[in-house]
Amino acid sequence: MKSILLITLCVFSFSLSFAKDAAPLADDPVIEQRLISISEEMRCLVCQNESLAGSRSDLANDLRREIRTLIKEGKSDDQIRSFMVERYGDFVLYRPPVKPITWLLWIGPFVILLIGIAGLLTYLRRRNNAVTNIALSDDDNKRIDALLNNQDEKKAL
Amino acid sequence: MKVKFLIPLVLFVVLVVFLAMGLSRDPQEIPSPLINKPAPAFEIPQLSETNQTFSPASMKGQVWILNVWASWCVACREEHPVLVELARSKVAPVIGLDYKDKREDALAMLAKQGNPYLLSAFDANGRVGIDYGVYGVPETYVIDKAGIIRFKHIGPITMNILNLKIYPLISELQKS
Repeated sequence: MKSILLITLCVFSFSLSFAKDAAPLADDPVIEQRLISISEEMRCLVCQNESLAGSRSDLANDLRREIRTLIKEGKSDDQIRSFMVERYGDFVLYRPPVKPITWLLWIGPFVILLIGIAGLLTYLRRRNNAVTNIALSDDDNKRIDALLNNQDEKKAL
Repeated sequence: MKVKFLIPLVLFVVLVVFLAMGLSRDPQEIPSPLINKPAPAFEIPQLSETNQTFSPASMKGQVWILNVWASWCVACREEHPVLVELARSKVAPVIGLDYKDKREDALAMLAKQGNPYLLSAFDANGRVGIDYGVYGVPETYVIDKAGIIRFKHIGPITMNILNLKIYPLISELQKS
């Protein structure tokens, strides 16, 4: 009984020591919800494979604090997004905006898909034409039947 | 008919070119949207003269260099001799932006390694850094007479970058 208590205590203190590391929450859960929804769509610039919401880097902390302030100032999501883009460029956005420089990025895969489909269709059509239909004579049919029957007998054995 | 067999080879070469381009790029280097935009205004205390402030507006009319640094930043130590060299050349004033640092640590580092800066502004909470899009110290900006950012370098500057990019740019900007 004592050991169970001890283990529980250990586990509890362990999780407590981790709780310290968590980012401070704003007093207002509504603000925090908006902060998460905005920052999940943004890339942390220090650790580029993490979102701004998930990153523990110092800069991400600062930027979350900044976004929190902007939310409190009553800025819209779009205004906050452009605040970030003005400073760090489109790179912070996980969804790059559609503009001439990103056209290739957005429609490129579909263009490649269309090229692939066109190539496949021409290939299939050409192959279809290459195979000529051979008219079978009665003799041929008899020989085929004989061969097939022969095989059936073998299988039966 | 022979040409058909070359198609995979051509595709392969195209693929290799794209991959080679992708590999030779540094993913840490993101083109700054601040190039050719006015340097964001700020007014914060200086590092050594705590009762005085620094504002980029006071640099109007001259080409200057803003270098973001910190005593905790290892790459800054590597860059430091290059900055000292840059300051010695006296081509343009170098202003430091001490980013998220402790005052005594920063002053100790300058005392030990030499101070290339005309002065350093002390950005204790990194708020100015955010306006300048700082994400990896050290970062270096060249700002022209009208207060427009003309060049940004992320990471330590080397003698090579100094000679090939920064010096030519400064002399060009000073002419106008």
